[in-house]
Amino acid sequence: MTAILKIRDLEKTYDGGFQALKGVTLDIEEGEILALLGPNGAGKTTLISTVCGITVPTGGSATVSGHDVQRDYRKARAEIGLVPQEINLEPFSIVENNLHLSRGLFGKRRDPATVERVLKQLSLWDKRKNRVHELSGGMKRRVLIAKALVHEPRVLFLDEPTAGVDVALRKDMWETVAQLKADGVTIILTTHYIEEAEAMADRVAVIRKGEILMVEPTSELMRRLGRKELRIDLREPLSEVPQALSEYELELAEDGLALTYSYDTQADRTGIAGLMRALSDNGIILKDIQTRQSSLEDIFVDLVSEEEESA
Amino acid sequence: MNTAAIKAIYLNEMSRFFRTIGQSFISPVISTSLYFVVFGAAIGSRIQEVEGVPYGAFIVPGLIMLSVIMQSISNASFGIYFPKFIGTVFEVLSAPVNFMEITLGYVGAAATKSLFIGLVILGTASLFVDLTIEHPFAMVAFLILTCLSFALMGFIVGIWAKNFEQLQLVPLLIVTPLVFLGGSFYSVTMLPPFWQTVTHFNPVLYLISGFRWAFFGVADVPVGISLGAIAIFFLVCLTTVWWIFRTGWRIRD
Repeated sequence: MTAILKIRDLEKTYDGGFQALKGVTLDIEEGEILALLGPNGAGKTTLISTVCGITVPTGGSATVSGHDVQRDYRKARAEIGLVPQEINLEPFSIVENNLHLSRGLFGKRRDPATVERVLKQLSLWDKRKNRVHELSGGMKRRVLIAKALVHEPRVLFLDEPTAGVDVALRKDMWETVAQLKADGVTIILTTHYIEEAEAMADRVAVIRKGEILMVEPTSELMRRLGRKELRIDLREPLSEVPQALSEYELELAEDGLALTYSYDTQADRTGIAGLMRALSDNGIILKDIQTRQSSLEDIFVDLVSEEEESA
Repeated sequence: MNTAAIKAIYLNEMSRFFRTIGQSFISPVISTSLYFVVFGAAIGSRIQEVEGVPYGAFIVPGLIMLSVIMQSISNASFGIYFPKFIGTVFEVLSAPVNFMEITLGYVGAAATKSLFIGLVILGTASLFVDLTIEHPFAMVAFLILTCLSFALMGFIVGIWAKNFEQLQLVPLLIVTPLVFLGGSFYSVTMLPPFWQTVTHFNPVLYLISGFRWAFFGVADVPVGISLGAIAIFFLVCLTTVWWIFRTGWRIRD
């Protein structure tokens, strides 16, 4: 795999002195989906804006297909499509005219066939003659994606693509992104919906306070940091966890009717068999048991809080 | 040169103009007619001639300049302020275009609109008074140069403005007084000597004077100076726009 986007020591300090990016270095492989995960104000949008030319960096560099985003901005920007976080569309404009404008801005000749293909790809063909203000929020977001794709970019930035979108539309958007990946588009999406990163991304980069904390394949991150929880429902309530079970660090539910045991799936011994024996030995009767894999959200919270503790 | 981008911006801006073509056409017709009723009929009947030109015809170049200057500024300032306001400017900033291409698209469209309005006023005026244009090529050249220069100025105002009030501030507080006091409806020679001197510091005087020369062959200042003044103004505006895009002032973070 080759890196299509190379970011090196990228810095951005605003006039007021606020440092939004503190030397970000990141490689994005061709054809992958990378989720840029971070809390509000972490620098996600600034990073995208700096690569796309909307914000001027104060240090470092970024190249797209080997073209520097500042020195060789024409070639670099021609490779990029950007879907912004806000729904920035002229309300009275006609949907298909929006796409013709976007294509023209990127130096491409007028091509109704490409516009038709992109509109159909995003299920907007029936709405092509509508004015933007007549569309629903989800449709407007699709128009933004269509505008970003109509000049046939190789890299697509999706800044919070499902912010404020209902659950059904969010799933719909995930399918659209999967289709784009199948078409060979490299996608960088920012999100603070962790399930979104988990569902779509090949890799996850965690950013906080303008610094990349880690970049890992999603599956590796889940495997390495993922923990499982075993929840044991009890027939009779307990007032406290028996002393004999202290080594398992169990958590007792408030009503005393459930015990929770956390274990590492990668450890040699999970300790489950021993726990079951110990429960039986102590006369605790089980009603039900269930396990739950910790989500990327739990991992993210752990990561950020670890960083805060060490800072 | 990204000519496709210039064309795309230009056509997008013009589409807004064509959406409201009725208003764009009717409002200069009505305002010109009103000026002729007030200045031409009511006042003009008491002033026979100015510098050998009937008063009704004398005010036509000033009337055209007044509208063209105001329209160029408001069209261009709104043209760039609106995308800034609703956020669509991100697309232009992230596209592979340079300052010259962006400016040509926006300013070209704004100048085209005001040129159209200037011609509508000229047509309307010719219904009220007999008009002969002594130097038609010079007239068109002055008109185009004025449309472009003030559209450039409007473009700067649109980038500078942080709200709609500021967008109105420059046209209302600076340009309107300069145009009215620049000899739109009178000859500078009609003023007392002190005010004649003051008027010569008004750049709009040179425009209106040169434009009037193209119509009637009479001018308050030599036509060469008029042409020089508008050319300098054009270059100052162009340099300012170049500087704005180079530094990203109020447009890029």
